[in-house]
Amino acid sequence: MKKLSWNFWGLLPAYLVMSLLMVLPLLIIFYVSFMTSDAYGGYKAIFSLQSYSQILYTADWDDNLVLNFQYLKIIARTLFLSGATAVICLLVSFPVAYYISRQSNNMKTLLLYLVTLPFWVSMVVRVYAWVLILSNDGVLESSLRFFGLVGDIDSLLYNNAAMMVGMVYTYIPLMILPIYASIEKLDTRLIEAASDLYSSRMNTLRRIILPLCKPGIVAGFILVLVPCLGTVLEPMLLGGGKTMMLGNLIQNQFGVARNWSFGASLTVLLLCIVLFFLMFQAHRASKLRELS
Amino acid sequence: MNILAMFKPNRDAKHYPGFGAVGVLFFTFLYFPILVIIAYSFNSNRIVSVWQGFSWQWYASALQNEGLLNSLRVSLTVALFATLIATVIAVSAALVLERGQNVKHAKLSQGVVNLPLMLPEIVFAVAILILFSQLGIQSGMLKLILAHSAFCIPFAFLPIRARLQGMDNNLEQAAQDLYATPLVTFRRITLPLIAPGIFAGSMLSFVISMDDFITSNIVSGGGATTLPVYIFSLVKQGVSPELNAISTLIMVASLLIATPCWLIAKRSR
Repeated sequence: MKKLSWNFWGLLPAYLVMSLLMVLPLLIIFYVSFMTSDAYGGYKAIFSLQSYSQILYTADWDDNLVLNFQYLKIIARTLFLSGATAVICLLVSFPVAYYISRQSNNMKTLLLYLVTLPFWVSMVVRVYAWVLILSNDGVLESSLRFFGLVGDIDSLLYNNAAMMVGMVYTYIPLMILPIYASIEKLDTRLIEAASDLYSSRMNTLRRIILPLCKPGIVAGFILVLVPCLGTVLEPMLLGGGKTMMLGNLIQNQFGVARNWSFGASLTVLLLCIVLFFLMFQAHRASKLRELS
Repeated sequence: MNILAMFKPNRDAKHYPGFGAVGVLFFTFLYFPILVIIAYSFNSNRIVSVWQGFSWQWYASALQNEGLLNSLRVSLTVALFATLIATVIAVSAALVLERGQNVKHAKLSQGVVNLPLMLPEIVFAVAILILFSQLGIQSGMLKLILAHSAFCIPFAFLPIRARLQGMDNNLEQAAQDLYATPLVTFRRITLPLIAPGIFAGSMLSFVISMDDFITSNIVSGGGATTLPVYIFSLVKQGVSPELNAISTLIMVASLLIATPCWLIAKRSR
């Protein structure tokens, strides 16, 4: 009995903080998303599905609901850019992680340190660095011009590509680390065995290495995808005002637009998208455990 | 590392040609932006992109910038309190989850502690904004400390738990066999042994708190501006050499925190 009470008191603070500062606010968000918004911020305690219908429909002058793709476009862009960012991160991370795993022990530690180091640098600073590089007369444009590669270009900044560069830059270490961990666990004798049996390198990669690293790849993919889906900073600094993502849209509803219930319903939507991916990963992980 | 060796055919089956080149390109990509900021911070020209000459002047003006120093003060205070709260909670949760006997709902508790890692930050930020407005909390500082404490907990928890997992609990059992009370065992045996984990965990949560932008940007407003929020406002105003100097100073500070953490983690492995 005494042991149990130790357990109870030890976990109590964590439960208290998490339920008061995480779970309760999420329940409030869920509740507000079903309420009517108040013009001055806040909400009126009147049940309505208006904020959810606003994602698809807008009321016109005669109060008829008209299909509006404005928000769907933002949601689609968020999904597309986040997915594309995760794919690019994967394509780069796998060779890099493999390359690191083939180094000597000292070199490995050093390279891993170099991978994690930017994480300690403020995210705002890291994204700002790309403003400096991509802006008009920035490093990239002036060097491209110096080599005569471009004539007169508009701007490298404020578009989807700039945003993706920023997202890849911020989140790629989250992909490298889990992939590296799974490559390290891989039994290298399997690669040698495959080679002894005249398997080409490509074949070995496709049939042996990649399948065995799947847990790391899936984990890295989710680790990059989830923060990308809710990212705010890259669209604001590198995407300019025109290219919004879901995170900015939510932030705007609680800030300038002062439409709390709409913001809350968008938040619930984002949460559902993220939960879908998390459950997909949990499902995969449990299936893998069954197999082994 | 011989560059020419990269082009020689390598018969080792575990070698993949081209992966090394991707690795080199990747590390260039990772460090190039950082070098650009540092280089430009020494540019004496007010127009960032046109190089005029070497100068320390922007560092001097950064160190005299009242707004910057104020936001630094806010960030440090918030990070200090948030780290303290998060670390205490994380240590006690980690001890129960790794050392407690027949812990009920261990998996659920682990999930609860790690909850912030699963949510996109913007979701947490707006949720806690509504909570604070419902509770009528006015003080920007208090709001920031509460919010930061919550999302720092898993970052403090993970290294501490890893340390406890990697450590033999024979020593604790030996102490108990010698009639040490649980409190004495904790103070004399467990605590010194998990100290590197606690150090790493608290440093990590300190840095996470210092670095946070999304939540701070939404939650603050009660006159408490944190460093990242202040820098963001500077970036919005336009690129300036002083901003580069500030960014470089922040990077140097991060490096000074990161390296000892890495060394301790490396030694304790």
